[in-house]
Amino acid sequence: MKPYTNHTSIAALMDRSNVDTDQIIPKQFLKKVERSGFGVHLFDDWRFNADGSENAEFELNNPAFKGARILVTGDNFGCGSSREHAPWAIEDFGLNTIISTSFADIFYNNCFKNGILPIVVSRQALDQLMQEIRANEGVSFTIDLPAQTITTGAGNSVEFDIDAFRKQNLLLGLDDIGLTLKNVDKIDAFEARQQQSHPWLWTESA
Amino acid sequence: MKKTMYEKIWADHMVHEPEGEAPMLYIDRHLLHEVTSPQAFEGLRNASRQVRRTAANLATLDHCVPTTNRDKPIKDPIARIQVETMMKNCADTGLRLYDMESPNNGIIHIVVPEHGFVHPGMTVVCGDSHTATHGAFGALAFGIGTSEVEHVLSTQTLRQKKAKTMRINVDGELSEFCTAKDIALSIIGHIGTAGGTGYVIEYTGPAITGLSMEGRMTLCNLAIESGARAGLVAPDEKTFEFLQGREFAPKADAWDAALSYWKSIVTDAGAEFDKVIELHADDIAPQVSWGTSPEQVIGVDRQVPDPKDFADEEKQHACASALNYMGLQAHTNITDIKVDYIFIGSCTNGRIEDLRAAAKVAKGTKVASGVTAIVVPGSYWVKKQAEQEGLDQVFLDAGWQWREPGCSMCLAMNGDELKPGERCASTSNRNFEGRQGKGGRTHLVSPAMAAAAAAAGRFVDIRKL
Ligand code: SF4
Repeated sequence: MKPYTNHTSIAALMDRSNVDTDQIIPKQFLKKVERSGFGVHLFDDWRFNADGSENAEFELNNPAFKGARILVTGDNFGCGSSREHAPWAIEDFGLNTIISTSFADIFYNNCFKNGILPIVVSRQALDQLMQEIRANEGVSFTIDLPAQTITTGAGNSVEFDIDAFRKQNLLLGLDDIGLTLKNVDKIDAFEARQQQSHPWLWTESA
Repeated sequence: MKKTMYEKIWADHMVHEPEGEAPMLYIDRHLLHEVTSPQAFEGLRNASRQVRRTAANLATLDHCVPTTNRDKPIKDPIARIQVETMMKNCADTGLRLYDMESPNNGIIHIVVPEHGFVHPGMTVVCGDSHTATHGAFGALAFGIGTSEVEHVLSTQTLRQKKAKTMRINVDGELSEFCTAKDIALSIIGHIGTAGGTGYVIEYTGPAITGLSMEGRMTLCNLAIESGARAGLVAPDEKTFEFLQGREFAPKADAWDAALSYWKSIVTDAGAEFDKVIELHADDIAPQVSWGTSPEQVIGVDRQVPDPKDFADEEKQHACASALNYMGLQAHTNITDIKVDYIFIGSCTNGRIEDLRAAAKVAKGTKVASGVTAIVVPGSYWVKKQAEQEGLDQVFLDAGWQWREPGCSMCLAMNGDELKPGERCASTSNRNFEGRQGKGGRTHLVSPAMAAAAAAAGRFVDIRKL
């Protein structure tokens, strides 16, 4: 995983709530056995017309948002299916930061495994950010992860909270598994204890 | 200190809490299917890592499998590769797989309980959000992403943040027509699809304990649609009776030891929850979703809402856009909505009780003209049982199609799908745009409601049949 670095990028606006992972990456694209190449199918049902041409109405097709790395969007983003294909598609498309008032739990987790920073802000702050994009489509925001701030083109600053462990892993681009395996002795010890105290949990090969 | 069931299970699985890092939770059971696992196996291979505890895994093929012509090769070449990849991954790592030829094949969340693979007090994960189903057994069961699948395969643990606790108490007695599906949908309608975000929900009260194990599975299955990480129902005599004698259930002395542990993990009287919601079964009519989110749901005796009915601007907007997608007018009676397709199946409502409930209504009727109705049993076990009871014949006589098991039209990955504009009464769990096929319109209902709609060609209040 690539480390997450501070950046100043165009912020795209998609003012929709409850955007589900079925929309982010429709199921007809889930049959691949690789991790890459999902970006071309991001929001496929919304992004393209039946004849394959771009749907001019769709937010991310707005030329002002071309090259955006930041997505500003409505409540409960990423609800529904657990498919990690959703963050794979987002990342592959070129986005690495999503700002909303709330995210669905599994999606939120999945973002961190893929170098994507999901930022939770208050309703009021989100409205302001959206307002600023509407007034000035193509405006850039600066994301400073160590300082936990978003600074808008107009110079407004919004602070955000993030779990310290997740923050550090994003900044270092760390692989969770490697980190966990450093504690393999603890897992061994736990299993030995559990086999004693809950032996029926270990009879599954019956 | 008095503890909730969630807190007890959490504490009993805490491996290690490294300073400044997310706690490591031990995972007792890991379930897999073909769609969300290939990249995890690939990750393992690339890092030369091993599966830590093969016997703790159970895999099936369900999402892409055809529900007809199962003896022939899968037509869709990409789906075929996915299925073959799963078979190879499981063979290479020694994982137990119920492949398409196995008499145990079916939807993962239907198959796992059939074999008693999940017990009360366990931690259970799967790269699938409806893993919540297994909370019906008093197991902490939740969906994870593919990176986490890889993490579990190689470490048998997960990095987890502790959730908040919510209790949803449903008082009163269930009427014959108010099923677990209706309770679940009405809860989602009540708290919204994000209402449970950050929480593990424990369902309590007479209407919940009154549910069969299958009903509890339906209820917990839908916990994820309210945004909750997991749903739980306290294990009781019904749970123990269900498990006893199944393949992976503890035997002999182990059974007794397990039983006393299972009884100990229920929530202590007086334990505090972060949030409590009280509902009453009498207020729950058979539910029909009208929109494109499971929270857009209403009693069958009501009308399609008007965007103006909502105070919140976001919700007004969502309502208007859902009505547009669904091709519905505000103030239409739900019972005036005509349907083209009926789907009975999925991990929500593809169990034997669901098929019995639908068959009871379908018996002696005919599928309305112009309507296609299919039954897709959740597993081969369900299919066999239904055939022994003659349910297949009831459906066939009524003009339904009787299919092979799989996820089928729950997510329409296997070729079973709606055409644009078609409207479906479905017993599945998600009515998102395009979920059952691009442009398809899904209304979530219980099995009996679906069967009634098949005969009438529109929604019917089954209380008035
Ligand atoms: S039946 Fe539907 S919800 Fe259940 S596992 Fe299959 S696709 Fe997922």
